Amino acid sequence: MMRKIPSEIIQQALYKAISEISYHCDPKVTSALEQALNRETSELARDALNSILANHRISPETNIPLCQDTGSTVVFAELGAELQIVGQTLPELINSAVRQAQKDCPLRASTVAEPLFERNNMGDNTPAIIHVEFVEGDQVRLQIAQKGGGAENMSFMKMLSPSVGVEGIIDFVSEGVLAAGSRPCPPLILGIGIGSNFEGAPLLAKKALFESLGRPHPDARYRQMETEITQRINALGCGVQGFGGDCTVLATHILQAPCHIASLPVAVNIECHAHRHLEVII
Amino acid sequence: MKEIRIKLPLSSEQIKSLKVNDKVLLSGTVYTARDEAHKRMITMLNKGEALPFDLSETAIFYCGPSPAAPDKICGAIGPTTSSRMDPYTPEMLKAGLRVMIGKGDRSVETQKDIKTAGALYLIAIGGISAVLSQSIVSCETFLWEHLGAEAVYKMELKDFPCYVGIV
Repeated sequence: MMRKIPSEIIQQALYKAISEISYHCDPKVTSALEQALNRETSELARDALNSILANHRISPETNIPLCQDTGSTVVFAELGAELQIVGQTLPELINSAVRQAQKDCPLRASTVAEPLFERNNMGDNTPAIIHVEFVEGDQVRLQIAQKGGGAENMSFMKMLSPSVGVEGIIDFVSEGVLAAGSRPCPPLILGIGIGSNFEGAPLLAKKALFESLGRPHPDARYRQMETEITQRINALGCGVQGFGGDCTVLATHILQAPCHIASLPVAVNIECHAHRHLEVII
Repeated sequence: MKEIRIKLPLSSEQIKSLKVNDKVLLSGTVYTARDEAHKRMITMLNKGEALPFDLSETAIFYCGPSPAAPDKICGAIGPTTSSRMDPYTPEMLKAGLRVMIGKGDRSVETQKDIKTAGALYLIAIGGISAVLSQSIVSCETFLWEHLGAEAVYKMELKDFPCYVGIV
């Protein structure tokens, strides 16, 4: 039996989610920052951490967004095969929600229509970046993020040789994050995609950012890698906003997938401390 | 940590008295400029046109604010990545710029240029816009309004918290 749902219901839920996350950071990030503050010994880094934590309180109170880069909307949608959306199509309703949130909050218009020549601003943050997967059931699950440009700019991927192994990947990730320095706004969250192919690894990396902060990877070998990457980078001393200290990375999440016998694609999607994401299931 | 109150315009002596990592509370008039505004200002300077403000008296804040809600002085205010403005910095310094506010590292050449010019690069913390907005007394579009976040905004700061990055 097909379940029918008016597109407005999904659109309104998305609109609310975008508005909510623009002023409310992931509470798990708040706790991770509080823990970091307890450990931190650098005076500058402590001062910066205190300001970030103050921002988490002041943003919802004052209705001023967490960051002036209110981000691009990224949506991963899992659409149940037994659900029929009546009215607008999924991309249409997502973009309506993005447009409405930009206008009402208001959020910064940060999308240009054409990337190289005119670079004229769309004025409404559309189009959102949308990834759709078809799944069983009669529900739709939407994972929504408002992703800032600074951290996205520092993200990277490479087709590595399978021979580099675990150490090769840890080196590649650590060197890349260290080279990014203070530009992606540390403390960071790292989403790492290992496997799939040239376009698949970055998608895994992006998806990994949506994992619950600091969740242990179900596979002990990848769990060990996540811990090693976080520890290695934190020992290198970039620190909060590049101010030194040992809090550059709050958490590392890996997602892996099958790949070609010749390949070892690795992508690293960097997320800033203003980690704005939410899941909606309808 | 210790905070030093300074007000624009800054004298060479005031700039020289600051040390890397000092925390300052900055007051005075600043103008925002991101990539597109820099491109346009450099084009004006290359044509021999004067900018509509005195670069030596003010600060350039690498910032693209979010729009203000109807009941607010400003929207979300915060620094963007300064290194994107590195290619424009030598000409801006030549035209008199002495104070820049942004986030993140500058290129080795830009660091040198800033020091040689006796200029000051201040680092503001990224992603704390609600906190920084509390230090904004006024904010108005000044040039190229149609560019939205990339326009030049004139802002009056009061005790705006930042840290000395390069001096």
